[in-house]
Amino acid sequence: MSKILIGRYLPGDSVVYKMDPRGKLIATFLFIAIIFLANNWQTYLIASLFSLVAVLATKLKLKVFWDGVKPLIWLILATSVLQLFFTSGGKVYWQWGVFVISSFGLVNAGFIFLRFVMVILISTVLTLTTMPLEIADGMEALLKPLKFIKVPVGEIALVMSIALRFVPTLMDETIKIMNAQRARGVDFNEGGLLNRAKAFIPLLIPLFINSLTTALDLATAMESRGYRGSDNRTRYRVLRWSRYDLVNLGYFVLLTLLLIIFRAA
Amino acid sequence: MAIEFKHVSYVYAPNTPLAVKSLDDVSFKLEEGHFIALIGHTGSGKSTLMQHFDALLKPTQGEITIGDLKITPETTNKGLKPLRHKVSLVFQFPESQLFEETVIKDIAFGPQNFGLSPQEAEQKAYKWLEKVGLPKEVAKQSPFDLSGGQMRRVAIAGVMACEPDVLCLDEPAAGLDPSGQKQMLQLFTDYQKQGHTVILITHNMDDVAQYADDVLVMEKGKLIKHETPRLLFKDRRWLRQHHLDEPTTGLFAQRLSGNGFQFDRVPLTLNELVMQIKANLEDHQ
Repeated sequence: MSKILIGRYLPGDSVVYKMDPRGKLIATFLFIAIIFLANNWQTYLIASLFSLVAVLATKLKLKVFWDGVKPLIWLILATSVLQLFFTSGGKVYWQWGVFVISSFGLVNAGFIFLRFVMVILISTVLTLTTMPLEIADGMEALLKPLKFIKVPVGEIALVMSIALRFVPTLMDETIKIMNAQRARGVDFNEGGLLNRAKAFIPLLIPLFINSLTTALDLATAMESRGYRGSDNRTRYRVLRWSRYDLVNLGYFVLLTLLLIIFRAA
Repeated sequence: MAIEFKHVSYVYAPNTPLAVKSLDDVSFKLEEGHFIALIGHTGSGKSTLMQHFDALLKPTQGEITIGDLKITPETTNKGLKPLRHKVSLVFQFPESQLFEETVIKDIAFGPQNFGLSPQEAEQKAYKWLEKVGLPKEVAKQSPFDLSGGQMRRVAIAGVMACEPDVLCLDEPAAGLDPSGQKQMLQLFTDYQKQGHTVILITHNMDDVAQYADDVLVMEKGKLIKHETPRLLFKDRRWLRQHHLDEPTTGLFAQRLSGNGFQFDRVPLTLNELVMQIKANLEDHQ
């Protein structure tokens, strides 16, 4: 259960941790967009170097990032292999029916592979160094302009924060109930598919019921304290720009410029 | 079933920045058929220790012997069912494990998993429904229609119906009303008197003094004392050093001893306290 890395925060202490979540979110989205500017080996090299530096700047162990890529490695490989077999053009090395291995295919497969890995690395940098609640705060701040077209940004952000806040709680609860049912003789790992599926009923029903109870309790607690969504609430965690964020955004703007300069026309 | 821990350590989330050593070189041996109290402050490692009795957690280092089964860091999840039949756990707030349509089905769930036929399991379930003090009428109700206290009883019945040799309970009485707490404690001591081992995690020193044969005291993942309640509660300075409470009977005796009363030993039960006060008064006359 604790092996799921997406959305997992690891406490640490490096410049990346000091950056504002808004800046990190913008940088991440920017990166995902500009990675499509890369179209030759020079630009892919630049982008790879920039991602690597971002990864190293977190000062976290590299193994942690490998753990982030690992669950998706088959998806990445499958996509790359499809690219490899179905791209034609350039020199043909091997052919069997519709399957072709050509020089274009090889290059494209490599590029796709790199693009995937880089996007995962950069988004892992974001989630590893930013607490989920900070991400929600950052999202809210970035969505604020939508208020003018009557989008309930405050409420959406609240729903997001609550959802994120309760992920660890739900995980703990899941482990607790699993253990309680194991102690009553349930085997989650033995038997055929049907038996295993059946074994999850004693886990899922308590989990649903407990979540509903928690949600109701939370709603009651908020209402009794007079919570109202968007009425200009002040906040406990105030987001502040600092020079680290200028560095952060400057870094990715520089990357964008380099990619535009060096990409093949 | 005797239980022995040899230099057991347990680390949560090893090899990550979040790693916490929650058991640190714990060694002890528990006698069969005893009532054992496990005390210590929040976060001292009591619940972690408890989950080792059932191999829900396996030691990071060291070795555990439970009956004729050995648990080491290499033990896998396969083939642990016989152990879980012999050792049962009641977790904190066990009412969150209820899931069946009816109370009786929920209680029968455990026994059935451990190999009883549905009919036998249902008989067991009715027996334990009565033992935990619930009326027969609730048997066919949904457990979710019951009150919190009743749900707790159903959950405890669901574990005790497996009739384990070793019953471990993590603050089973927390949040029950005083008479309910007393009833539950009585149920556990009765079970122990029938020849089973009972291990109770508790903060209530009165219960420790009154029922326990043996006390394990945990602090920051270490076992700092393994003693009888008589000896444990005698050393008041040590208790104060470790911020542990004394039983009410002991405190009462302490107050009196400033006023001409003499107690040759810490009274652990109300009965003992009364007897000693009586002896004191007779001496005065």
